[in-house]
Amino acid sequence: MAGIPRLQGRRLLAGGVSLARARSAFLLRHLVRFVISLAVLLVASFAMIHLIPGDPVRASLGQAAPIELIEARRAALGLDQPILTQLGTYVRNVLSGDFGTSFLSGEPVGDVISARLPNTLALALLATVVALLIAVPLGMWAGVRTENGRNRGTEATFTSATGTAIAVPEFLYAIVLVAVFAIGLGWFPPAGKGAPATYVLPILSLAIAPAAMIARISRVETLRELGSDYVRLARAKRLPAARIYIRHVLPNTLTATLTIGGLLLTGLIAGSVLVEYVFAWPGLGLRIVESITQKDYPVAQGVILVYGAIVLVVNLLVDVLLGVLDPTSAVKET
Amino acid sequence: MRQLLRTPAGLAGTILVALMVVVAIIGPPIWGVEAERINPSVILQGASDAHPLGTDNLGRDILARVMVAGRLSLLLALLTTLIGAVVGTVLGALPSVLPRRGARLVTGTVNALVAFPGLLLAMFTAVVTGLGAKGAVLGIGVAIAPSFARLTQTLAASVAGADYVSAARMLGVPRMRVMTRHVLPNIAEPLILNLTQALGSALLALAGMSFLGLGVQPPSFDWGRLLFEGFNRIYDSPAVALGPAVAVALAGIGFNLLGDALARAAARTTTPAKTAPAPVVARQEIEEPDPEAVLEVRDLTVTFPGGVTPVRGLSLTVAPGEIVGLVGESGSGKSLTASAIGGLVPYPGEVTTGRLRLCGADLDELAEHERRKLLGTSLAMVFQDPMASLNPALRVGGQLAEVATVHQGASREKAWDRAVDRLDHVHIPEPARRARQHPHELSGGMRQRVVIAMGLMGTPRLIIADEPTTALDVTVQRQILRLLRQVTAETGAATLFISHDIAVVGELCHRVVVMYAGRVVEELPVDQLVAGAAHPYTRALVASLPDMDTDRSQPLASIPGRQPAPAEVGAGCAFASRCELATDRCSTELPPLIPYGKAHQVACWEAQ
Repeated sequence: MAGIPRLQGRRLLAGGVSLARARSAFLLRHLVRFVISLAVLLVASFAMIHLIPGDPVRASLGQAAPIELIEARRAALGLDQPILTQLGTYVRNVLSGDFGTSFLSGEPVGDVISARLPNTLALALLATVVALLIAVPLGMWAGVRTENGRNRGTEATFTSATGTAIAVPEFLYAIVLVAVFAIGLGWFPPAGKGAPATYVLPILSLAIAPAAMIARISRVETLRELGSDYVRLARAKRLPAARIYIRHVLPNTLTATLTIGGLLLTGLIAGSVLVEYVFAWPGLGLRIVESITQKDYPVAQGVILVYGAIVLVVNLLVDVLLGVLDPTSAVKET
Repeated sequence: MRQLLRTPAGLAGTILVALMVVVAIIGPPIWGVEAERINPSVILQGASDAHPLGTDNLGRDILARVMVAGRLSLLLALLTTLIGAVVGTVLGALPSVLPRRGARLVTGTVNALVAFPGLLLAMFTAVVTGLGAKGAVLGIGVAIAPSFARLTQTLAASVAGADYVSAARMLGVPRMRVMTRHVLPNIAEPLILNLTQALGSALLALAGMSFLGLGVQPPSFDWGRLLFEGFNRIYDSPAVALGPAVAVALAGIGFNLLGDALARAAARTTTPAKTAPAPVVARQEIEEPDPEAVLEVRDLTVTFPGGVTPVRGLSLTVAPGEIVGLVGESGSGKSLTASAIGGLVPYPGEVTTGRLRLCGADLDELAEHERRKLLGTSLAMVFQDPMASLNPALRVGGQLAEVATVHQGASREKAWDRAVDRLDHVHIPEPARRARQHPHELSGGMRQRVVIAMGLMGTPRLIIADEPTTALDVTVQRQILRLLRQVTAETGAATLFISHDIAVVGELCHRVVVMYAGRVVEELPVDQLVAGAAHPYTRALVASLPDMDTDRSQPLASIPGRQPAPAEVGAGCAFASRCELATDRCSTELPPLIPYGKAHQVACWEAQ
């Protein structure tokens, strides 16, 4: 992602045809990979139920369950069919939006997902935005202050502070924030989803560690751009410092920063499971924890499938976006 | 190790991890009994003197339980990391020994899995194996594996290409043996580094699973499980939850800081301390300022910490309309001189001048905003690499126009029109269209024209062109040189043309200033360059140029030896060690720059 290779890539772009072909090959390759991964995910989520040692139906209903109920449930789940038939039915059902029925509540898993997914996505996306809004200016400021190794104190403080912030997992932030701001000070509600105030602590818990990570990237990117010739020329033009940083440096640091931000989004999705649990946030994460604890396999299966698919989609988007923004990475990658 | 402890972060990380290991070892023997002692009279208490972190639902002391739980937390993390490392290393090393198709399959799988969050895999295994530490360890272990695999793959690929691996293969050594004997030992170090970080993230992920009630189950307990139990009571007694939370956080921080510090210690290359003494710059009496000169520099010295002075006592005068060539090898300080005149010397360099006047104004005496304006409009700079000089993210026209909006208060439309006009002036075809394009849509020569046009946005009195043609091919070079000459003639601006190429300088410039090791060694009119040069270095430079009469069967002439680095320059003439004429005096006594005929100065004891 260094400046010069990027420019060479752009030159290739001006060269035309070969790059266009390389780019469509690149897109195709990523699409194929995505579809294969999705298929593997589908088979894995199907296999999950069958990998459970013993009889999942008996395991979920308990040893005392009457044999008729167990047989009826097995038939309802299609577990008495040959395994390939079951796989075929499963794939067909999932593709038509039928994820089965909850053992416990009897509601369709598809309904559970469509009711809860928006809450999870809202949390993850808002946290990403907040993380970027905190991190990019912070990282730039640190980069400007520590250019060419000046202000070693700032650099040391920045590095250890971000290092510490990255190392603490989101659920610990959540617990501490609840203890301090909800229980201790009473500024925000400790749990639930409703008024805007209920969003503050969950989003903060999710955003702190990624923000520290992005701030580091942003600082390194800023330092690299500050050393470039176009900044030297902008300084030779005697532009005001703010203009140099915001108009000249910032746009060039965003490619890498946003890419990392996108990659962190997958981590945020996993982290949101724990944060939802702490804040009793009515998202998919809370539901999957309940379903695993209570052996509600159809729900667990459906939710894991959705989580996996989200991760795959985000990764695909990041890869493609990176390829579009930085053509050399698309051409070089095999 | 010593390096590790030198930084505060490395020290803190080492201490935290060491503490954790100590707690894991001594925790169960010391606090084990208390952690299990059931006391119905004190159940579910908050923090008190007897129980700093309170008690649980059976009246057991939570502080003791935290101290005991450290061992299980660490052991599970170790086990998880071990699984991840073994599976990952094998997966990663496979492609370098497998046949092509198999290798691609493994690589593809690793790539698909590497960005998959561990917690999701752990939940998958938790469903399959049921609740408990086993599912969590397996799931997280497998989730860690791809990152090890990718690291191993990268490293192994570099080793597998090495000659000794090819040699082993040629000799018919079996694939497995190639891997264990030749590939793995050579990539062990970075893998171990990765282990530290993996250990930290495994510990945190396991704590997360236990906190959700999906990991360690009673009667066993790790920190995550204590957190799970404490969290339900956080409203009544926060200390019950915060105690285990702090333990997990400290462990996570410890491993992360240690991993960071290890990585940095591994990456650090030792730089020799430069302790050359600060040079004694003989301060000459400064004559009256020349009111006509566009640029007048007296006694310019650039110092870097450690007494390194790449430019020392340089004096230079440029008259209006004059093109002055500043020549020298790389490292002679010519580019730094240009930066110093433009006020662009990077930190921590320090610039001192006896006098620095631009367009008749003393830059040291001007107020900050006046200096900005003067430098921004009267001084134009052109750098070596036109590919890098323009901001890739901004339109060409905007980069020109901002000079006018910032310094001349022009409106956006006016500034844009002027930008298009300036692009036209430097012979860029279709300037209006080009202005709307981004730099990558322009060729190298065109970009250098754009940079020159940028300098013409103001009213340049001096153009400093720092190797403006070096990065361009020969035909484009000619065009840029022609443009520079034309611009100088039209605007009446002077040009300071910096180059290592004495042939180009001889062709373009009116006057030549030769630099060697941070000093001016000779200054002469261009027509005397070939026949009248007095300094042995200048003469050697001219002699090294091939011309039509050069005997092609002989090797090209070159100057033996190399230019001393700024820290190595001694008391005498810096060229003495390479000079055929050098005497004892040359290596001990610095020759001053003295007049030598008309408009000609030289700094040499032997130039008589």
